[in-house]
Amino acid sequence: MAGFDIDRVAMLARLELTDEERTRFGRQLETIVAYVDRIAGLDLDGLDATLHGHDAGAPFREDTPVPGLPLEAVLNNAPARIEDEIRMPRVVE
Amino acid sequence: MDDIKTLTLAGALEGLRAKKFSSVELTQALLDVMQPSQADIHAFVTIDAEGALAQAAEADRRRAAGEDAPLLGAPIAMKDNMSVIGQPCTASSRILEGYIAPYDATVTAKLRAAGAIFLGRTNMDEFALGSTTQTSGFGPTENPVARGCIPGGSSGGSAAAVVGGLALAALGTDTGGSIRQPASHCGIVGVKPTYGRVSRYGIVACASSLDQVGPMTKTVEDAALLMDVISGHDPMDATSLDVPVPRLADAWTGADPAKPLVGMTLGLPKEYFGDGLDPEVRALTEAAAKRAEALGATLREVSLPYSPYGIPTYYICMTAEVSANLARFDGVRYGARVPCDDVLGQYLKTRAQGMGAEVKRRVLLGTFVLSSGYYDAYYNRAQKVRTLIKRDFDAAFATCDLLLAPVTPEPAWPLGVYQDDPIRNYLSDVLTVGANLAGCCAMAIPAGATAAGKPVGIQLLGPNFGEPTLFRAAHALELR
Repeated sequence: MAGFDIDRVAMLARLELTDEERTRFGRQLETIVAYVDRIAGLDLDGLDATLHGHDAGAPFREDTPVPGLPLEAVLNNAPARIEDEIRMPRVVE
Repeated sequence: MDDIKTLTLAGALEGLRAKKFSSVELTQALLDVMQPSQADIHAFVTIDAEGALAQAAEADRRRAAGEDAPLLGAPIAMKDNMSVIGQPCTASSRILEGYIAPYDATVTAKLRAAGAIFLGRTNMDEFALGSTTQTSGFGPTENPVARGCIPGGSSGGSAAAVVGGLALAALGTDTGGSIRQPASHCGIVGVKPTYGRVSRYGIVACASSLDQVGPMTKTVEDAALLMDVISGHDPMDATSLDVPVPRLADAWTGADPAKPLVGMTLGLPKEYFGDGLDPEVRALTEAAAKRAEALGATLREVSLPYSPYGIPTYYICMTAEVSANLARFDGVRYGARVPCDDVLGQYLKTRAQGMGAEVKRRVLLGTFVLSSGYYDAYYNRAQKVRTLIKRDFDAAFATCDLLLAPVTPEPAWPLGVYQDDPIRNYLSDVLTVGANLAGCCAMAIPAGATAAGKPVGIQLLGPNFGEPTLFRAAHALELR
């Protein structure tokens, strides 16, 4: 499993790891990836991918407006808010 | 009132309709057992005693006014990943601590419309990622029957609540066996409906192409009562299918009581009876097959040749979807937040603090299999292997009506064992992930117990939308 880079993957996953987690998860994930590599030898030429448990696809709904969730109940779940907005750290200098 | 621990949903509804007891009395009786059990069994993350008693009083008022509804006054437990308006919904994760659901999941709304009462929210593996309920951010659940052992998972709290007499019935979710495996370990009935049969709207998504909501009950009849309420197309879930919904409570009507399985062929998938199957589990499964034969079924051996690739395929597809679905837990809109001066730091630290070890492992694996340079070798390939696995099931169902198999390779193991051995835990899903990958329906029913008294279940598997046949056979085969 050449190329498994725990730091790259952790950054892509937006997960800060401790040194201990870095070592432990790195070791465990190497074992897990080696295990799932069992599918590497199968001949899969010409096969379609199965994305869902059924073949019926996912039809679109009619594009008609319906009421959304109550704003106050939704905003009350935000860890930090200012009036009707969710508060975040500054992203533009 | 009858013994609350053995009282079924059907029995409770009969008692309520005959006015043998009120919904308030029934709800209070369950709360009286539930509240002290929290100290050791810990089946619930949240108990809503006040809300449940208020709903029960309202149900009693409606019944006194001459109303009835399929579940009027029946107290149900919901897995902690299902939205119930105004109630916490954490999926047993610290990262969702403090979150209050602003709406009802579709299954919740359907149960509510049918008159059900919501007792509280059952413990689960964090974000449904686990087979033991030990990855819960709020501590493990203990098996009420096999004491000192896991209840199974991820719907371990729901299974413990039902078998422990803390709820008449419960809902769980099954992504790779999370209803059937705890049902088997606790000695109850657990149904994984056909993918698309039950709406997933309002459920905290684990792996969207595999997840299904289903009932966990003491009897097949109780499971049918709940399926008849929660099934059906939902415009809010585009993957729920608009197909006829047959009434399952009638599935066994008209069957010959002596030979209810006449004309039915049950396939025994040889790969599910291989080395590594615990001898007692094997013996109990074979005894169930013999019982099916005595009840009129024809048995035949079938093969699911790509079964050995089930776990690798499942752990690639599932973790890929998990890593995408759990990206939304970033401390912005809901749940916990670790404040930081910059946005990236806030994401990194919030997720690091809010997610447990198993969640982190699976998010990392899923991110890896989807990442540039590895997507084709892992995710793309796994989806094609999934096609082969689905074809295995299609071929098997061309020669038999249902499959009969063990649910788990071994009975419930002691709490605390294998906790830092992920592969060991993943392999315990080997007999259940196939149904999720193929999308077919399946049900675990009790098959007896080991010499040490640990419950063991068997599973029946049916083709897509084969629930009527599945329920007919399960009703005949369940031990009463």
